[in-house]
Amino acid sequence: MTTGLNEPANRVHEMPDFRPSARFWARLGYGAAAILFLAATGTLQGYELFLASSILSYAIAAMGLNVLMGYNGQISLGHGAFFAIGAYSAAICIDQFGMSFAFTPIVAGIVGMAAGWIIGKPALRLEGVYLALATFGLAIATPTILRSDLFAQWTGGVQGLFLLINPAPKWTGLDLDQSIYLTVVVYFLAFAYVTLRLVRGLNGYAWLATRDNPIAARAMGFDVTKAKTRAFVYSVLACSVGGALQAVAVQFVAPDSFPFFLSISLFTAVVVGGLCSPLLGPILGSAFIVLVPNVTEEVWQGGSWAVYGAVVILVMAIQPKGLAGMFDWLKFKVAGQSGS
Amino acid sequence: MTFFLEQLIIGLSSGGIYAIMALALVVIYKSTGHVNLAQGELAVFSTFIAWTLVQMGVPIWPAILLTMIVSFIGAVILERVVIRPFDEADDLVIVAVFVGLFLGIHSLAGAIWNYEVKPFPSAFSDGSVQIVSDLSIRAHTLGSLLTTCVVLAATWFFFRYTRLGLALRASADNHESSRLVGINVSFMLALGWGLAAAIGAIAGVMIAPVTFLDPSMGLAPLIFALAGALLGGITSPFGAALGGLIVGVLEAMISAYVPYGIEFRELIALLLILSVLLVKPAGLFGELVTRRV
Amino acid sequence: MLKTTIATVLGGLLASGAAMADNYDEGATDDEIKFGVIVPLSGPASAYGSVGHCFEGYFNAVNDKGGINGRKINVLVQDDGYNPAKTLEQARRLVEREGVLFLAGDLGTPTNSAIHRYMNQREVPQLFITTGASKWDDPENYPWTMPYLPSYAAEARIYAKHINEAIPDAKIGILYQNDDFGRDYKDAFIDQLEDKGMVVSEVSYDVTGATIDSQMSTLKDSGATVFFNIASPKFAAQAIRRAGEIGWDTTQFLVSVSNAKSAVLDPAGLENAEGIISTQYLKAPSDPAYANDPDVKAWHEFKANYFEKGSEGNWWDWACYSSAFTLEHVLNEAGDNLTRENIMAIAANLDGFEAPMLLPGISVNTSADDFSPIEAMSLMKFEDGNWTLFGDVIAVD
Repeated sequence: MTTGLNEPANRVHEMPDFRPSARFWARLGYGAAAILFLAATGTLQGYELFLASSILSYAIAAMGLNVLMGYNGQISLGHGAFFAIGAYSAAICIDQFGMSFAFTPIVAGIVGMAAGWIIGKPALRLEGVYLALATFGLAIATPTILRSDLFAQWTGGVQGLFLLINPAPKWTGLDLDQSIYLTVVVYFLAFAYVTLRLVRGLNGYAWLATRDNPIAARAMGFDVTKAKTRAFVYSVLACSVGGALQAVAVQFVAPDSFPFFLSISLFTAVVVGGLCSPLLGPILGSAFIVLVPNVTEEVWQGGSWAVYGAVVILVMAIQPKGLAGMFDWLKFKVAGQSGS
Repeated sequence: MTFFLEQLIIGLSSGGIYAIMALALVVIYKSTGHVNLAQGELAVFSTFIAWTLVQMGVPIWPAILLTMIVSFIGAVILERVVIRPFDEADDLVIVAVFVGLFLGIHSLAGAIWNYEVKPFPSAFSDGSVQIVSDLSIRAHTLGSLLTTCVVLAATWFFFRYTRLGLALRASADNHESSRLVGINVSFMLALGWGLAAAIGAIAGVMIAPVTFLDPSMGLAPLIFALAGALLGGITSPFGAALGGLIVGVLEAMISAYVPYGIEFRELIALLLILSVLLVKPAGLFGELVTRRV
Repeated sequence: MLKTTIATVLGGLLASGAAMADNYDEGATDDEIKFGVIVPLSGPASAYGSVGHCFEGYFNAVNDKGGINGRKINVLVQDDGYNPAKTLEQARRLVEREGVLFLAGDLGTPTNSAIHRYMNQREVPQLFITTGASKWDDPENYPWTMPYLPSYAAEARIYAKHINEAIPDAKIGILYQNDDFGRDYKDAFIDQLEDKGMVVSEVSYDVTGATIDSQMSTLKDSGATVFFNIASPKFAAQAIRRAGEIGWDTTQFLVSVSNAKSAVLDPAGLENAEGIISTQYLKAPSDPAYANDPDVKAWHEFKANYFEKGSEGNWWDWACYSSAFTLEHVLNEAGDNLTRENIMAIAANLDGFEAPMLLPGISVNTSADDFSPIEAMSLMKFEDGNWTLFGDVIAVD
């Protein structure tokens, strides 16, 4: 499988032209995108900001999961559980310790990484469908665990927790939705940067090698177990940070917010978005899982999941590389025509 | 003691159901090499068809038989139309397609038959059989355990002693070589889907009298059946059926005896199974699939 | 048809007089009133989605008769899949993008919790929501939120009081659904018991599980003589049937959520249901006692023409008819003064309003410091294949 098809840096090799330096243009593109995301704070309003925050927090989770599934080839149907761990960590930080919401994802990330390491160590000895089952079971058990009396003192049990979130200080001129969105964007950009660095660096090669041929990877001197664990822990880290940000945006967590459907959604976001597309895939995939259900609901209200399921299958049938793959193909067409 | 025996019977009763479901998973795994996440939803859909037939006045046994035939044909068409384009696709893409199917079929069943709980007649008898005083077993439970044995024997015999069964296993193992020796691989894949769906239909009509019929009936059996199949070994019909029974009994015992067991039974059962898998990766009775390098 | 008291009319007139200059809020115009309903139409709680269709159908019927004060009612039904995060997204979409005047009938406790604060900060009514938690009646802190149903807790206290008086030596086993619904009932019930030691066993079940057989054995083993069944319809039916199968002979109490004959007791086997005690505040359409009741007849007609997805077996399918009717009344009273404030004011000033489907002797009563419309119920017992009311209508708080 080709990697990074949608990255401008690679594409330039396919279509050399008069541009001075591929790297320069790529960086410029990323910079422009980053500024665009930041600038949206001022132009979008209330509901749109909320929706964008929501999509970007799913995108952070999907970026991490894409590393695990796309680059490292492991199947997880249960990362909603880690999303929940992150969300609850943030909620508890705010509820019990009055922490400022902007810093809660950091705590959530630390808690998530610890959980990921504890669960990942034994779970990663499983492969393929076995890992899928283990994680799927985790996803199904999540709401029940959150409801348990054992942790009710912290989690609020069946009632859930409200997150009291204060907007940024007055001098910034930001309202609540803007403050939340801006925070989400900052974390998103940080994750985008780290993810790109990881998948293009030595770690990325280790992951791909482990996925494609573990024996050869071992022969080449890669520590296969370590590579897998790293991919798993990174995916869990991203999911818990995404969960924390989502909880902040919704300002409420309850066991029902983390049904197994959430895990399936995250899985869908990664595959439909495009495996091995480190940035564009997760963004498109997250937009898909947030926005498409609203559309399918309009199409057939009684059977919106039926339409949704059909759309998922259709996307995969048209382009196994997902939406990012389609986007690339489109870009290629457009670029090809304007170039000729 | 009575309490323990009662829990054991309850465990066997749900275990029997998981076992049939696990057999459906084994059949599709052995013939296509995939674990179909939508198998539970397909079974529920079949059960709704059986329910409709019963409502129309068809007696229960002919209704079940008819449902199996319809499910077989339906699944063959499904394989031809929906799954076939993904013949060569990546594993993750296939799982995504199964997720799509899972959601689609679930929602379709709800849209057609709505979400209200429906009673479903037992294929055997509604009564109970007294074992000793104060301890009885549902006639339906006995019947469904017997059905499990029959389905198991049939599956085992089919894969072991028929040319078709052998061809199915071969085509799942290696498409190319199978084609070379003259096996119609594409026919085999569709056949695998059809057989799995027919067995799933049996599982469905065995579950529904116990839990009542509604679109979400298939989820719990699917997870425990999957766990059972992996525990016993997903390549072995006998192992998978036994795994299903073990998981059923395990679930009942955890619920009854472990503090907080009811809340955590899925997790505890899963942890136990995983620890077995860490020792025996192919399951208790499975064959280790050699990795293609 | 509508019986309104002078006070309501006066209140409405005064309010409309005061706000003559600016009498529309977003979502209301000279020819339209737009509001939203958020229900689960996908996912495991989809059965409750019919509440949305009920509101839609009800106001289609109203529109076909000419609308309310010359205005057509535009009902936007949205799906949240019973996921609180999605509920907030849908609420914000309805309020900020679609510009609805208010939300009504929204289903579920966790889902409504997620939008509770948002709706009150925005000052958009969250009216007649379909949930039985007790926290909604809080006009001081949340003046924009009003439930319709009596709370689960209030109902549970009725059973506890009954046991205190009639079965003081009871040994009680409780089966409850492990979520806010089950715990609301259980906690209020135990709280009201005079002797907490009466509860000898309490076991939970999870909606993701397949059966409750194991739980029932545990309960029977505890030696309980009274069984309190706090389960949603599917599991309630399983429990009643299982109690019969294992010969666990008790006085059974069944929550009103699951006391529909056609959806619960028929599947469970009527012989197993004999003697069950429950409460009721609505007329069940399938009950032969109400075969000639005008409300029930009207409901059947409504179901046939506008509400095909409705079912005789689901209590929420009759309850929402009642709340939709009450909503129509509120909008009617609001006249041309369609501000959010006025709508809340009228909704909070219903005095003895006789909404359909309520049992005789029960009416809708609200005031500025009482946001709990239905506050009475009646005990009933399942005898000879039908529910029979017994005792007086009991006022609850």
